Amino acid sequence: MPKMTVDPNYCKGCGLCVATCPKKIIRFSEEINAKGYHYAECYKQEECIACKMCYVVCPDCAITVEK
Amino acid sequence: MEVIATRPKSLTKLPFTYCPGCQHGVAHRLIAESIDELGMQNNMTGVAPVGCSVFAYKFFDFDMAEAAHGRAPAVATGMKRARPEMHVFTYQGDGDLAAIGTAEIVHAANRGEKISVFFVNNAIYGMTGGQMAPTTLPGMKTSTSPYGRNVDDIGYPIRMCELLATLVAPYYIERVSLLSPQEIIKAKKAVLKALTYNKEGKGFTFIEFVSTCPTNWGVDPVKSRDWARENMLPFFKAGVYRDKGEGVE
Amino acid sequence: MAKILMKGNEAVAEAAIRAGCRLYFAYPITPQSELIEYMAKMMPKVGGTFIQAESEVAAINMVYGAGGAGKRVMTSSSSPGISLKQEGISYIAGAQIPAVIINVQRGGPGLGDIQPGQADYFQAVKGGGHGDYHLIVLAPSSVQEFADMAADAFDLADKYRNPVLILGDGMLGQMMEPVEFKHAKTDEEIAKLGLQHKDWCIFPKKDENDRHHHEINSLELDPSVLEKHVLNIYSKYAEIEKKEIRYEQYNVSPDNEVLCVSFGTASRIVKSAIDDLKAKGKSVGLIRPITLWPYPYEQIAQAIGPRVKKVYVLELNMGQMIDDVKVAVCGKVPVEFYGRVGGIVFTPAEVEQKLEESF
Repeated sequence: MPKMTVDPNYCKGCGLCVATCPKKIIRFSEEINAKGYHYAECYKQEECIACKMCYVVCPDCAITVEK
Repeated sequence: MEVIATRPKSLTKLPFTYCPGCQHGVAHRLIAESIDELGMQNNMTGVAPVGCSVFAYKFFDFDMAEAAHGRAPAVATGMKRARPEMHVFTYQGDGDLAAIGTAEIVHAANRGEKISVFFVNNAIYGMTGGQMAPTTLPGMKTSTSPYGRNVDDIGYPIRMCELLATLVAPYYIERVSLLSPQEIIKAKKAVLKALTYNKEGKGFTFIEFVSTCPTNWGVDPVKSRDWARENMLPFFKAGVYRDKGEGVE
Repeated sequence: MAKILMKGNEAVAEAAIRAGCRLYFAYPITPQSELIEYMAKMMPKVGGTFIQAESEVAAINMVYGAGGAGKRVMTSSSSPGISLKQEGISYIAGAQIPAVIINVQRGGPGLGDIQPGQADYFQAVKGGGHGDYHLIVLAPSSVQEFADMAADAFDLADKYRNPVLILGDGMLGQMMEPVEFKHAKTDEEIAKLGLQHKDWCIFPKKDENDRHHHEINSLELDPSVLEKHVLNIYSKYAEIEKKEIRYEQYNVSPDNEVLCVSFGTASRIVKSAIDDLKAKGKSVGLIRPITLWPYPYEQIAQAIGPRVKKVYVLELNMGQMIDDVKVAVCGKVPVEFYGRVGGIVFTPAEVEQKLEESF
């Protein structure tokens, strides 16, 4: 089953993946990482289609997409 | 389950120190992905600029040199002539390449040095806090053009792709943008092509990325892309300005 | 091998090639254009790289790149062009890159003229570029010495991972004297030289085991790390000061009533005056610093004989090396100065007259 994971250590909460995801299944986490950013997280993995658009726009290589 | 997209091997594990939403990270990734795909990492080297990406040598996992402001094309020339078996690129911002470094980029291009130059154009000086750049747009407010860039006083932005395309030697010149996934995918193709030509020793290759600076523009990362699309792309037109490999002179 | 009659500019270029330099980047400027022209002709013949760069700034940065890749590389210029190189030189020193720079001095300041001078002593020895660093500075006084120093300069640069400056002048660059060259490095020897820095330079990774990537760099934003880095470089300088001082004594004896200090071609004129005065029964000695950095302070102090009434500094400038001589003399005896500027070179008769006034 496809999924995207965000490494909280790299994410800066820029919001580009949140805005870009065509299925709108990425949001900012309630949690914050060590740098104080609300990192991104996928909250409906079952709807992920592994389009990789989140990975494409992420400026921090924080995202891994699996299929 | 197979990993179909993750951090490229040619990048170190160090988190980028760029601002949230800055496209430097995307540009770095496209270059690193291409180096991975072309198997160039073992003989790769690059020159980092003065600018936000001054620490690029910490983010790429191969030997790299720091250069004085604007001088990267000259440093790259020295490196490539000393170790021609290695593949060399420079990574430069708009001040580095189009202000202080104008002589060095024009002459490295004119000599047809077998290097790739990656030019990140975000119409402002990031690292030093948002001053005017040679590519700042008419009327655009920056910390050293607080009333807006006055073209009657200090002229117009410089279009580097067009300028370099007047030279005979350069092999491949393309302007791309990083403002949407589709544009980034197109940019990746250009970067891959530039590094392929580099690997094959074809000649001087140059990619200009129309990019954003959310922090110094004072606009959030998502809206910055729209601002750049509306204001930068009409002046800095994306496209191929030279591609000797495809017969575009 | 046989001696050849050669112009200084060309002799030093030939010597550099024989020393294994296969990369040369420079910009034309009088009075060293013969050097770049010689390199343009000869470098391709030995399979080397010659680029006439777009400026002296570009040239020194090409040197930084090629030196950062661990190869023997050289640039040359004259006074105003050396000013342009100062940023690059500071970077080269900070990144600890071996490099050889030749300054064929001319009259200054500004555009000045194209005749010989020695007014770049401060620039060469007291910095020139920003920050804490030193160049190893060699001052030749003959075409033979100029040529010999090319080989020494590369060896010193490689040994200490530091830029070396050969401080010549327009007279030396232009004059023709017999010169005998050292053995020319073979291709095998040069290939071996290209490996000597592989533990820190830009180097093809595939020849190596898995290693951390190298960074050629002088930037360190953490102050404590930068301090450590500078102290490390200075420990290198301490070693150089201990081991690499060179100087010449001429007619130094306990009979000396005057001790001269002079460097480069100016010292030859002083030697002529000293010989004339000797014939007249007047004893004058000369200490000729050959390394201007590290400077022979001790050696000058020790050469002040019991009868020396004054130390006389003679330079083709308004008084630059005299500051270092005063440090060496440390108030023991008065220090006097004679110089000419504007590209004018004093004559033996002039010098003799000045020295005689001391008797």
